Amino acid sequence: MIKREEVQHIAKLARLGITKKEEEKFTKELSSILDYIEKLKEVDISKIEPTSHSFKIENVMREDSLPSTLQTVLSRLKIERIKKILELMPETKNGYLKVKSILK
Amino acid sequence: MSLAKLTITQAYNGLKKKEFSALELCKAYLDRIKEKEKEVAAFLTVNEDLALLQAKKADDLISTGKMKSYLVGIPSAIKDIILVEGVRCTAGSKILENYIAPYDATVTKKLRSHNVVILGKTNLDEFAMGSSTENSAFKPTRNPHDLSRVPGGSSGGSAAAVAADECIFALGSDTGGSIRLPASFCGVVGLKPTYGAVSRYGLIAFASSLDQIGPITKTVEDCQIVFDAIKGKDEMDSTSVEIKSKVKSQKLEVNELKIGVPKEYFVKGIDPEVEKVIKEAIKKYEEFGVKIEEISLSHTEYALSAYYIINPSEASANLARYDGIKYGLSKARNQDSKNKSLLDVYFESRGEGFGPEVRRRIMLGTYSLSSGYYQAYYLRAQKVRTLVRNDFEKAFKKVEAIFTPVSPFLPFKIGERISDPLSMYLVDIYTASINLAGLPALSLPVGKVGNLPVGLQIIGKPFEENKILEIGKVFEKSWKP
Repeated sequence: MIKREEVQHIAKLARLGITKKEEEKFTKELSSILDYIEKLKEVDISKIEPTSHSFKIENVMREDSLPSTLQTVLSRLKIERIKKILELMPETKNGYLKVKSILK
Repeated sequence: MSLAKLTITQAYNGLKKKEFSALELCKAYLDRIKEKEKEVAAFLTVNEDLALLQAKKADDLISTGKMKSYLVGIPSAIKDIILVEGVRCTAGSKILENYIAPYDATVTKKLRSHNVVILGKTNLDEFAMGSSTENSAFKPTRNPHDLSRVPGGSSGGSAAAVAADECIFALGSDTGGSIRLPASFCGVVGLKPTYGAVSRYGLIAFASSLDQIGPITKTVEDCQIVFDAIKGKDEMDSTSVEIKSKVKSQKLEVNELKIGVPKEYFVKGIDPEVEKVIKEAIKKYEEFGVKIEEISLSHTEYALSAYYIINPSEASANLARYDGIKYGLSKARNQDSKNKSLLDVYFESRGEGFGPEVRRRIMLGTYSLSSGYYQAYYLRAQKVRTLVRNDFEKAFKKVEAIFTPVSPFLPFKIGERISDPLSMYLVDIYTASINLAGLPALSLPVGKVGNLPVGLQIIGKPFEENKILEIGKVFEKSWKP
């Protein structure tokens, strides 16, 4: 029930490189999973509110100033830590993360 | 006395009475790991140096007579999706094969403050997606009770390590059963706390509205000790909360307990041998004086479908961060990379870094969230989630806890389900709905079929972890595997 072209389209949206063989595999697998999920259509959901979190999540607000907690965070982010994060980056230049150009 | 067979409380007493040192204890477990790993393969990383250092520090503390915690010097293992600063954290994925954690997760920090010894990081299904630990990009873990079978998943390494006495306790994470299932399959105790009870800061995100960190231990008492150490509000996780009610101080009156058994959990599909063990355990509770009442959770059969939309949707969004640009496996640095566009880097890095199940969920999630399908899938699933939660709320007006099996199946053979994703998803059928509702649930070993363990799931009201733990103790006192 899902077409190969849809699989190609979804992979593109997900920025996921997949092989021709996988296109075929996903077409089959996703169809069977979606068939199973079809079951949900039996449920009457009119007048039901969606749940995104199991408990009410409230926004955590603060003054728009540098709070002491943020200061703690910043002080924790010492040079040592910045170095560690830089080390994890594939490509850096002068302490910045290097990204491929997107404008020609 | 074999040092590598102890519970937390036994080890604590031994350390306190100076029958052995934390260093001796640590070395005993490192030896045990060397001996058992060839068979069980529970660990992805063993940090001998860090562990020995922590053990020495624990001994210093013990020698001053200041043992403020049961956990001082206790050898532990941590699922390799929870960050330990300076130690590799792979999430079981090739995409993070060389990722060194730049900071501690809050739970790690809390364990460190108790002077716990961290022996190493345990194997898991890639990004915690799976029910068997076969989806690890590195190796499958084996069930210590039968090496031809899976330990369950996704915290299979943690559960197997505890069951094989390679550590005294371990941390896992549970998104749809990933603590409870391996605990059940390996015959150990596992707790999925209420959503928000434990900070998720430093837990590599999978499905953020479902994920929780929890303990895997040998006894319920140990489980309580570890849970107490890791719980609590954390400014780094805005969904974390402080638990107010303290059931612990109240004495549990078994005769006044009313526990529900949902009829929808005992239908076609459950292994009759599993059903028998569970029913016997429930009968035993009745003999102790607990009132058992049949209840109905009428949307049970839809819960798994809703789960398998919500889970991949959240996962596909969370895993967008692995782009080959910021960290992790990258195709940006290749020799021919000059000719590559940014888009190529995305496609190739993600295409190579993610394994089959992760790709499947990214595809499924992206599909459910994509324009034209959002209402039919994601939004519908969220509404069914409301109904699943309402079912539990209604039930908890009548009963104080709920008994179900953890899984309809016994530990299955390695390779048995891996080629059929849907058959693997069905393993979670009794656990996933609890994550949708955000409830706490305990997996308690209550019997065996042959040498294969079977776990009872004890589901509680929000933030009543201590009550379900106390209920667990009632059975534990009367039965030893």
